[in-house]
Amino acid sequence: MTTTTTTAATRRTGERGDVRLTGIGKTYGSFTAVHPLDLTVPEGSFFALLGASGCGKTTTLRMIAGLEEPSSGTVHLGEQEVTHLPPYKRPVNTVFQSYALFPHLDIFENVAFGLRRRGIRSVKKQVGEMLDLVQLGEQARKKPHQLSGGQQQRVAVARALINHPKVLLLDEPLGALDLKLRRQMQLELKRIQTEVGITFVHVTHDQEEAMTMADTVAVMNAGRVEQLGPPTDLYENPRTTFVANFLGTSNLLTARTDSVTGEDLVVEAGACTLVLPRARCSAPTTTGGEVLVGVRPEKISLTHAEDADTIPDGRNRVTGRITSAGFIGVSTQYVVDSPVCPDFEVYAQNIDRDPRLVPGAEVVLHWNPAHTFGLDAAQSPLAGTAEDAAAGGEGTGAR
Amino acid sequence: MPLKTPLRWLRRNLVVLAGLFTLGYLLLPNVVVTVFSFNRPRGRYNYAWQEFSTEAWRQPCGVAGMCGSLSLSLQIAVWATLGATVLGTMIAFALVRYRFRARGPINSLIFLPMAMPEVVMGASLLTLFLNMGAQLGFWTVLIAHIMFCLSFVVTAVKARVMSMDPRLEQAAQDLYAGPAQTFLRVTLPIAAPGIAAGALLAFALSFDDFIITNFNAGSTVTFPMFVWGSAQRGTPVQINVIGTAMFLLAVVCVLGAMAVGNRRRRRTG
Repeated sequence: MTTTTTTAATRRTGERGDVRLTGIGKTYGSFTAVHPLDLTVPEGSFFALLGASGCGKTTTLRMIAGLEEPSSGTVHLGEQEVTHLPPYKRPVNTVFQSYALFPHLDIFENVAFGLRRRGIRSVKKQVGEMLDLVQLGEQARKKPHQLSGGQQQRVAVARALINHPKVLLLDEPLGALDLKLRRQMQLELKRIQTEVGITFVHVTHDQEEAMTMADTVAVMNAGRVEQLGPPTDLYENPRTTFVANFLGTSNLLTARTDSVTGEDLVVEAGACTLVLPRARCSAPTTTGGEVLVGVRPEKISLTHAEDADTIPDGRNRVTGRITSAGFIGVSTQYVVDSPVCPDFEVYAQNIDRDPRLVPGAEVVLHWNPAHTFGLDAAQSPLAGTAEDAAAGGEGTGAR
Repeated sequence: MPLKTPLRWLRRNLVVLAGLFTLGYLLLPNVVVTVFSFNRPRGRYNYAWQEFSTEAWRQPCGVAGMCGSLSLSLQIAVWATLGATVLGTMIAFALVRYRFRARGPINSLIFLPMAMPEVVMGASLLTLFLNMGAQLGFWTVLIAHIMFCLSFVVTAVKARVMSMDPRLEQAAQDLYAGPAQTFLRVTLPIAAPGIAAGALLAFALSFDDFIITNFNAGSTVTFPMFVWGSAQRGTPVQINVIGTAMFLLAVVCVLGAMAVGNRRRRRTG
């Protein structure tokens, strides 16, 4: 699925720092790394390209940087077409995955590199300010290898930002850091972006990172943009099984469309009748047709079968038996074996723990129908899951 | 435990001892050369110690033809180093960075001069020069030296270029450096240690080459050829003076490089 954002509208308003990709694609021989796609990154936004390795996200980024020649399509930065400009003539800068700091230059000269190449003589003040922004003023005369991973990462950001690019490109900038430092740097990068107001395009395979940092996330899979939108939108209303599984976890059940009543869609999964809003179903809604019904594990409540009559009317219900319960402090993760789905996942907040909810207990799962979404049943329900990645992809993309 | 103590001492200092022995083994010939540069030999051969004298040191060019051959050797070494380093660096970059036809065979053939016996190489070069009707002398020697130094430079530079992250050059381009600037500011400085190593090797190999030079020099006499020639008729003390001076120069260079490296490390560390 290609995301078509209206290029005409942005062309009229003529924003200066937006990135506009039109029909851009990249093939290597017979391998298609990126299928022709249209993408507009609005000025001043924090945009994330999210996907597993080999999905084409880095290639897309490198085409914006000019490090990769697109096989088709055009790249616009604001009003300027840059498709065939070499990287050193583009007003964009990149933070590379391995930072790519120059090992023979000290931190000061690394940061000053871009300014000096543009013939700016007095760089001292600017470099000093930039190093202060990333809190590395003390380290100016050290060589890159003498700094820690997090410090090197900040030097890479400073080296790019000092040039005031129209767009800052970040290629998995936090991939080499440990978890705690990564969390810290996510907030740091977000702070810097808000401070300088430059458009950031961030490539990552970490869905949490993309969701915490970005205003808009484009989920890529096998060289295509699967879905694009604000993180909450993508999470709450995924439109493909890949997005449903890659962003967080989803329970997906195969169901048959029973009837359409007003704004709601009534489907049957085994013996259960479930309701979901029509607006949240991205599949064609023909009566009798198959549809994948999805619900997030944390939206579901778990009630012991003995108390089934206390569940309010109007909620979607599924019965089953707990097969495992994992206590992780703030919540408990249950796996429930139900007739409609053999491993239904439920995350329950540990507010009032019911001591009867142990493996083997008969339970009723219930949730608000508004939290249900529907997907096209023609896709593999496993796309984007860990098992799918291990099996080598769902096989729909060009690999 | 009278036996255990010296054994333990030996075990603890074995590495130091081995190091000292190796150093002694390596340096002993140099010591002999240095000592005999202060000798006043009786007769033509400087092989037996007679009495102390600084005469040879006061007149290093006192032997006919020696300083001429030394200066010729230095000239050839400098030009051969320059030629081999420039060509070798370009070949190394081409072999690592580009995919072209015959890249594989070239990659292996470049090692041939290193593996081939010098006598074979010298003789075949002579055949080549004679068939081409070339005048033997400075130029034939220089061409021969560049040829056999080349493979050493290529090997040294290639190792360095291969370990270079191509993203460094992409980063330079991303930071507004054009192709020439990228090469001068990033590629060359990072490849410099490999290039320097190759150049030093080339200089040392060219300066003391005898076999190939002897085949292709015609009536030209380089320093190693002069030493060889005089060894037949008698060895002037000045040869020891030049040898000692070269050795001291090399030691000073190494110590200087170490001092610079130490100071840099201390400043940045």
